[in-house]
Parts: sequence; structure tokens; C-alpha cells
Amino acid sequence: MSTPTASSVAPAEGRRRGLRRLLPEDGTPAAAARDRRRSKQRRRLANVAGLMAALVLTGVGYSALAPGASAADDSTGNPSNAVEAGRELYTRSCITCHGSNLQGVTDRGPSLIGAGEAAVYFQVHTGRMPLVRQEAQAAERPPIFSEEEIDQLMAYVQENGGGPTLPSGDLRDGDLAEGGELFRLNCAQCHNFTGQGGALSSGKRAPSLAEANDLTIYAAMLHGPENMPVFGDNQLSPDEKRSIIDYVQTMKASADPGGYGAGRVGPVAEGLVIWVAAVGALLFGIFWMGTKA
Amino acid sequence: MATSTVPGPGAPATLVGKAAFEVDDRLIVAGPVRRTLNKVFPDHWSFLLGEIALYSFIMLLLSGTYLTFFYDASMKEIVYEGSYSALRGIEMSAAYESTLDISFDVRGGLFIRQMHHWAALLFVASIVVHLLRIFFTGAYRRPRETNWFIGVGLLVLAMLEGFAGYTLPDDLLSGTGLRIFSAVFLSIPVIGTWVYFTVFGGDFPGELIIGRLYILHVLIIPAVLLALIALHLLILVKQKHTQFPGAGRTEHNVVGNRLFPTFAAKATGLLFIVFGVLAALGGLVQINPIWQMGPYNPSQVSAGSQPDWYIGFVDGGSRIMPPWEIDLWGYHIPPVLWGALGIPGIMFSLLAFYPIIERKLTGDTASHHLLQRPRDVPVRTSLGAMAITAYLVLFISGGNDVVADKFDISLNAMTWAGRIGFLILPPIVYWATYRLCLGLEQHDREVLEHGIETGVIRRLPSGEFIEVHQPLGPVDEHGHGMLAYGGASVPKKMNQVGGARRAIRGFFKPIEEPAAVQREAEQEARGLESEQARRQLTGSGRPSEGGRPSEGGRPSEGGKPQQEPRA
Repeated sequence: MSTPTASSVAPAEGRRRGLRRLLPEDGTPAAAARDRRRSKQRRRLANVAGLMAALVLTGVGYSALAPGASAADDSTGNPSNAVEAGRELYTRSCITCHGSNLQGVTDRGPSLIGAGEAAVYFQVHTGRMPLVRQEAQAAERPPIFSEEEIDQLMAYVQENGGGPTLPSGDLRDGDLAEGGELFRLNCAQCHNFTGQGGALSSGKRAPSLAEANDLTIYAAMLHGPENMPVFGDNQLSPDEKRSIIDYVQTMKASADPGGYGAGRVGPVAEGLVIWVAAVGALLFGIFWMGTKA
Repeated sequence: MATSTVPGPGAPATLVGKAAFEVDDRLIVAGPVRRTLNKVFPDHWSFLLGEIALYSFIMLLLSGTYLTFFYDASMKEIVYEGSYSALRGIEMSAAYESTLDISFDVRGGLFIRQMHHWAALLFVASIVVHLLRIFFTGAYRRPRETNWFIGVGLLVLAMLEGFAGYTLPDDLLSGTGLRIFSAVFLSIPVIGTWVYFTVFGGDFPGELIIGRLYILHVLIIPAVLLALIALHLLILVKQKHTQFPGAGRTEHNVVGNRLFPTFAAKATGLLFIVFGVLAALGGLVQINPIWQMGPYNPSQVSAGSQPDWYIGFVDGGSRIMPPWEIDLWGYHIPPVLWGALGIPGIMFSLLAFYPIIERKLTGDTASHHLLQRPRDVPVRTSLGAMAITAYLVLFISGGNDVVADKFDISLNAMTWAGRIGFLILPPIVYWATYRLCLGLEQHDREVLEHGIETGVIRRLPSGEFIEVHQPLGPVDEHGHGMLAYGGASVPKKMNQVGGARRAIRGFFKPIEEPAAVQREAEQEARGLESEQARRQLTGSGRPSEGGRPSEGGRPSEGGKPQQEPRA
């Protein structure tokens, strides 16, 4: 629970605190009427003050941001500069489908408000975004952007849309056996026992986990790309997520003790082996014996 | 006194001979043994297909017995503390735990387990290939309907046996299969629930089913299989093997090799080839890695959960069956019933009763010992091809999610392709096979009538060019061949009738000098080159001695085949 979405939660809590302050403090009818009268005046005052404050803030904000945009080129390494560079990349490659304010474009791309840097990392790092064409599901490709550019895009989207952030630390710091149990319970029904992936309806699919790195898996669980459900921190705790990643990566790295694994897809591959290899070899064998009569 | 110790003229002199004499003196077995050893088996490579099934079964018995030493058929919940770290601390059944121990802690356990599973897949596969050979050559015709019936029974039992064995490890994959099995029971109208509770003895999965399947798997079904296989072979020996038509082969004799030594040597060789292939698979290719699948837990399921290949068509039928929920007289018939019980039921009934159906349709009730070439019975061959097509559509549909995933096809498209293909493809294949058979028959007749195309072009005095044909036998006044078609393969190339020197021996690489073979051919004054001088190609081109038409391009047999009458 250390990683979550502080920026998106904070304003909501502030609003709630404000509402609580407006409630009457004692319960008698006279007091309530007095309060109501006084609150009416107060509201009128507050409205005027709020309007003034908003105007001032807008002015200050504009003067603060406008020179910043022109000075973006010379100072690198500054977070706000990363955001600026991210805006550049976003405007070039993403804006067509996700809109000028991350709000999304109907029939083209979803809103990125609340998607967070985890989503950007997953989608751009696996080459799914920028999208090649509209189809059932974005295909995995080598990434278009460099690591630095991905960081800038992440900063831009996080700054403007908010949402889940990437974790830090050892992502395999978990219990292997528990990870296996959680994987079978939450992941295997789409990604297969061994993470080989599987078909979903109408051309959609759960991808193979063969190429997935720790961070990609974590980011995917956080934001639920494509057809994958979101596994938020209250469904799978960060520790459980780390256990799952530990299991997936350990299984991928472990050799098959029984010999050639045949793609680890189970009985379909085994059926192919028995018909092509064994029956084929034996037909060859008996034909050979036939010539030796 | 002295005469009794002096050995007679035919008395055994060697130690083995003496021992055999002593045995025969007490048991009087020489007669039956000699009769058995002298039995003649016809020789064709396709007659060995059933033997592959027999040897796989022997391997199943041997490896299965080893596995029973370590397997615990109990569904008692325990916590795993074995050597496979990714499952340590997980609750599982004793059955699953003992299978993990076989895989990781028993010496040679994983190898034997894998060999057992591969042998099971091969057992059913070779039964199917053997069945296809019997079907397409008409070997099931009177008097062999009983053996056909037993064979179909063996196939069904082998599938059930395989399914029971697949379930025993109690892993997530096999448990999913068992769940589907239980749903199939429940889908039967009226008696479904009763059948289900009889089998499972409680709610799914209960605590009994693994123990029950175990007894079924290691005792009941193997005993029945063994008895039926023995009966199958006894009937085969009693009725004598069928043979393909050919020179000297009639309905009243059996031409081939004696049981001892040739056939016995071949059979032993094949036994070791089968064992070798299974050992290679068991050691080199991983099968059913239950540790990757985890223990069975009804709340879990995996993508790509498939049965072993022989149940795949049942799965496929359930997958492509449209979701039609039918209510009849107040009873609900779910779609799974059609896919999982309807299709296999119809399929195996048609298969089992096909000899009777064919007898009724053709009115042919005579006894047959000569096989038929598939092209000579176009209707049967086309029906068979049609059935194989329907089966393959179901079979591929059984793995349609894996196919969809690996080949980047929509799963919905795969399902619809299966539905449409199941209805459309078999008739198309029937038609195509029928035409193919007729075409092949026609070509046989053409060669018999006009002879083999030699490729020699001759210019007549009038200037006309003709291709010289080599008649296969005597010709009438129009130059048409007078040989009738006898059901044997018709040679269609000159070197099949001795037009060229004989084939150089050696399967993988030549084991004799081509020049020596050439010299031999010239010495024997046979073959096209040496005889060309004194033989008119258009004249009588009777294949010379030793140039007997061979089967399937095989070099002709060296020794004379043995023969015995059909009782």
C-alpha cells in the first residue's frame, strides 16, 4: 500500500473534509435556522472570494507556465522538463487517438485519465503502443520509443492524468509456492498453466508471458491492459503480486526435467508428437521390415 | 539290454535336443508345437500395424506395474513437503503427492511415468491405424466380423482405460477433465443425476473417485483388455490371416512366412523397435508435466485444458455443438449431451455394425480371405474417407483454442469453421475419393488392355509417330491384352516387370556395387538392354522369370514364399 495513487486520492479527501465543515454543529432547530441564515451569507461571500481566487490563480499559473515552455530546451533532467518532452512525444504519436487532453477519442482510443505511468510503461515498452492499426487487440512488437522517451511519456501522462505508479524494489521478493497457487487461481484461466497464453473470443487473446519482464507483469496487473482485469492492490497485495512474478519467472527459467517440453502446451502438442514422431517412425520401421522379407 | 542304450538313427544328439526329447516324452507336445511353428503368416508391411498395438500394450503392463509400487490412490488432503520447491507447503491429495514423488524422488520414476503415458497414446493411435487398414482392405468381411467387433470393443476400452489413467494423478488438468466427465453424466436426461451419484458417491469431486478409477485402471479394464486381446489373436490364428491377391494366392491358401523362424524374428524385431521408440520418447520428450499444472482445485482452471488426443474428438464435438437447449416432455436436454455422448455413440455404433450394414447393402454373404484394394470398392473407401474427415474436423476442433492462439486465428472463426466443416467437408471428400478410386481403376484397366507405356517413340513408314506399349500378357488380334484384372496391383512402369536390372540392395545406402548388378543382369541375359536385340517390344512381353510384379515397388523376395492350405 506504499505505492498507490496519492495524487488522485488527495483531492477527493479534501473535498470530503470541506463538506464535513459545512454541516451544522449542534442539533437544535433554532441553532439550525441561525446557521442556515449565517451560512447563506457565508456562501455568498465564499463565492465571490472563490471567483477572485480562481482568477488570480489562473493568471499566476499562466505566467508561471508560459515562460517554462520556452525554456524547456536548455535544462534537462528536471522533472517538469521530462513532462514537457513527454508532451512533445504525446503530441506527435498519441494525440490522434487519445485526444489533446488525454480524454480519448470516440472509436479510436480510450481516455488516459487515471491510466497512470504503469499503463504507459506496459503499453509502450511492449511495443503495443503506438498502435499499428485498429484490430481485435494490439500486437506485441519491439518498442518504438527509447527507455528515456518512455520515461518522458510516463511523466507526462502521470502528471496530467494521474493513476497507478510503477513499483520499486525487488519484484520477485515473494513466496514461490504461494505465487503458484495465486497464478493458478487468478491468471491460468487465460494465460495457461505455464504462461503460454491462450485464445479469447473474436481474435482477442491472452498473450504468452515468455517475453514479459518483472515490471511488465506488475504494470499489467496494476492497470489491466486490453481484456485483462485490473488486479488492484486490494485484490492482490503488492506482496502477492511479487509472489506471482517470482513464480512466473522461476517457471520460465527452469528446465523441463522430462526432456523436450514441446512448447509446454500440453496434450495438443503431445498428440502431435505421438502421431508425427512415433507413428511416423514406426510406419517407417515396418515398411523397412517389409523390404527385408 | 544293449539295444536300448544305443541311440536310433533319428535320436537327438545335442544337449538341447536331448532335453527337448525328455520334455516331449512326458508332455507329448511335439505335434502341436510343430504345427504352430510351421504356421504361415502372409507378409505385408501393413499386417504389422496391429502388432504395434500389442507391443505398446505389453509396455503399458510392464511400466504400469512399476508405477503401482509408488502410487497412492487416495484423495486424502496433505501438505506437500517433497523436493519440488514450487509446490512446497501447498495442500494437495495423496494421489497428486505420490505422483510428484514418482516424478522427482523415485529412481527412474519420471522416465517410467513418461514412457507409460507415451505408450498409452501410441496404444490407441496404433489401434486406430490398424483399424483403418482392416477397414479399407475389407478384412472384416465374413468370417471375420467377430474379430472386428472385438477390435472396436478394444478401441473403446482402450480409450476408457486411457481416460482413467489420465485422471489418476489428480492434477489441475486431469481434474478439469474429470469435471467435464461429471457434467456429461449429469447431462443425461432422467437418469443423469443417479448415474453421477453412483459414480462419484457424493458432491464433486468427493473422496472416492480416484480410488474407484484406480481399480478400474489397474485391474478391471486391463483384465478385460487382456482377455479380449487373447481372444482376438486366437480367432486370428484359427481363421488364418487374410492376404492380398497376387501370384499364387487364392481364397484357399495362405502364402507367406512360417511362424518360425522368419515371422518370429520379424515380430521380435518389431517388439524392440516399438520399445525403443517408446523409451526414446519417455526419456527425451516431456509428457504431462503435472508439477507445472498444480494440484486439482475445483476453483481453478487453465486455458488450453485438453484431454489426451483420443478423447479430443469428444471435446471437439462439445465445442462446436451450437448452444441449443432442448426441452422434451418436461426433460431438459443440454447441448453437451449431443457433443459428448451423441456423436461418439453414433460413431462407434456405425463402426461396430459396419460389417453387418455392408453385408445387408451389398448382399455379399460369402466368405472372403483375399483382401481388396481400396480403389476396387469405391463406396466403402469413400465412406471411410468421409468418416475420417468428420473425425478430423472434430479432432482439430478439440484443440481449436490452441490452434487459434498459435496461428493467430479468431477462436470464433475456428468454431464456425468446425461447424460448417463438419457438415460440408465429408460429402466433398466422399465425392473426391469416389472419383479418385474410379480414376485409379480406369488406369489399371487401361494398362491391362493396352500395356505399359514404355516411353519409346517409334516412327512408322507412313511418317506417323506412335508410343510403343508393353502388353502384360497375351494379346488378341487387335493387340489388346487378354489378362483380366485379379485384384492385385498392376505394374505401370517397365522396371516393375523386369524392364531394367533389379533394384540395388540396401535400404539406407547401397550394400552392393551397381556395376556388379549390371554384370549379373547381362549374364542372366534378362533386362531391357540385353534382350532388346532379340525381342520385339510390341510382341509378347511376358515378364521373365523373377520379374514378378512386386507390391508397392518392393524388391522381389529372395526365397520362395511358403504356402499352406486354408482349412
